[in-house]
Amino acid sequence: MFKWLHPYAKPETVYHLCGRLMPWLMGTALLLLLLGNIWGLAFTPPDYQQGDSYRIIHLHVPAAIMSMGTYSAMAIAAFIALVWQVKVAQWSVLAIAPIGAVYTAIALITGMAWGKPMWGTWWVWDARLTSELILLFLYLGVIALSGAFSDRQTGAKVASLLAVVGVINLPIIHFSVEWWNTLHQGASITKFAKPSIDPSMLWPLLISILAFKILMLALLCVRLRTAILVNEQHRPWVKAMAGD
Amino acid sequence: MVTLGPFLKRELRLLARQKADWLNPVLFFVIVLSLFPLGVGPEPNLLRIIAPGVIWIAALLSVLLAAERLFKDDYRNGVVEQLVASRQPLLAFVLAKLLANWLSTGLPLVLLSPLVALLLNVDMASFTAMVLTLLLGTPLLSLLSVLGAALTVSADKGGILLALLILPLYIPLLIFASAAMEAAGMALPYHGQLAVMLAMLLFALALVPVAVTSALKINVS
Repeated sequence: MFKWLHPYAKPETVYHLCGRLMPWLMGTALLLLLLGNIWGLAFTPPDYQQGDSYRIIHLHVPAAIMSMGTYSAMAIAAFIALVWQVKVAQWSVLAIAPIGAVYTAIALITGMAWGKPMWGTWWVWDARLTSELILLFLYLGVIALSGAFSDRQTGAKVASLLAVVGVINLPIIHFSVEWWNTLHQGASITKFAKPSIDPSMLWPLLISILAFKILMLALLCVRLRTAILVNEQHRPWVKAMAGD
Repeated sequence: MVTLGPFLKRELRLLARQKADWLNPVLFFVIVLSLFPLGVGPEPNLLRIIAPGVIWIAALLSVLLAAERLFKDDYRNGVVEQLVASRQPLLAFVLAKLLANWLSTGLPLVLLSPLVALLLNVDMASFTAMVLTLLLGTPLLSLLSVLGAALTVSADKGGILLALLILPLYIPLLIFASAAMEAAGMALPYHGQLAVMLAMLLFALALVPVAVTSALKINVS
């Protein structure tokens, strides 16, 4: 398997691979995003208790799921970067971090907008909200730490180490709704049990989640390509491409 | 373990010669605490209610204040580099740093707790909880601040970055410690919170020293 994976550690290969995948990923993501959101916002029945205001779920839940999913992707890349010293993995840590930070911010802001009509307040210091806020701070910490060193390489390595340490927060966020009695409701979709959400609302939600996932990959391709160009700007293959 | 002794002796000797390093955070802790009654008013019942949060936030900030200088001098004069280059395991150095940091910043807070209890009008039940949470929590504070100091040792603007990195990691500890003191104030059992704090401490004790050694290695290379 390592023989098969090995060429993908080469920045040039990754650059071209990302370039080839990017348009497909971006197109699919936008298509699914439109489909899921229009279906969810306009064509699903209103909730019997929450009326129409529950519809923000189609932005809130995908962003929240992917804020954690993106973090785990970043942490895996960071682990690979630290253990096997793969340069591309190091750059992808820094490429993923701002995407994850924006997803976390979207989850927090839509959550506040949803909390206002439902709970009567923008913000409560409940376990899940607080731990999601910590996740945002962790993303910001990774971004700030990577920029604090005069040597870019050291910054990337130290930020990777922080990303691995911060993994401890993921189970805390995920299980916070079950461990503490809080205002935030429990998970509506689980792998093992029958979902506690009506199928007519579930399908557009699943499509939106998939759309956010593919959008993350598409954005990662764009940012990783830029990072590779910046870091490899003195290599012959980049110079040949730029036409020097 | 054989090599822990000399490292610890060196750390303690350094602390004895640079008294400001550990006296300032302790003074800061007392001053912050004495500012709160001036800020929110001297009403005894109000002070009793806010005491758990106030004590723990003051403890977090004073430990953070001590954290910044942890590895700075050793990094500047090349001790860290020499240790990484030599075949000595870095772990003994890190453990000695940790122990010295707790003895100089964590332990004084525990010893000062009777004074704090008097200042903030804390009753006997909460006082016991306060001593127990400080005993379990301050080693964890030391662990996290050593980690933050090791990550940022060669950074250009270490100080404010250090706060941004470690304060989020302190949050779970803050939640459980003040929850334990609040429960004690209402005469409820608080063994659960103490058990969670002990679990966090043991978990961090197992993993943080390894992370600190690799952070130091990254910073000197």
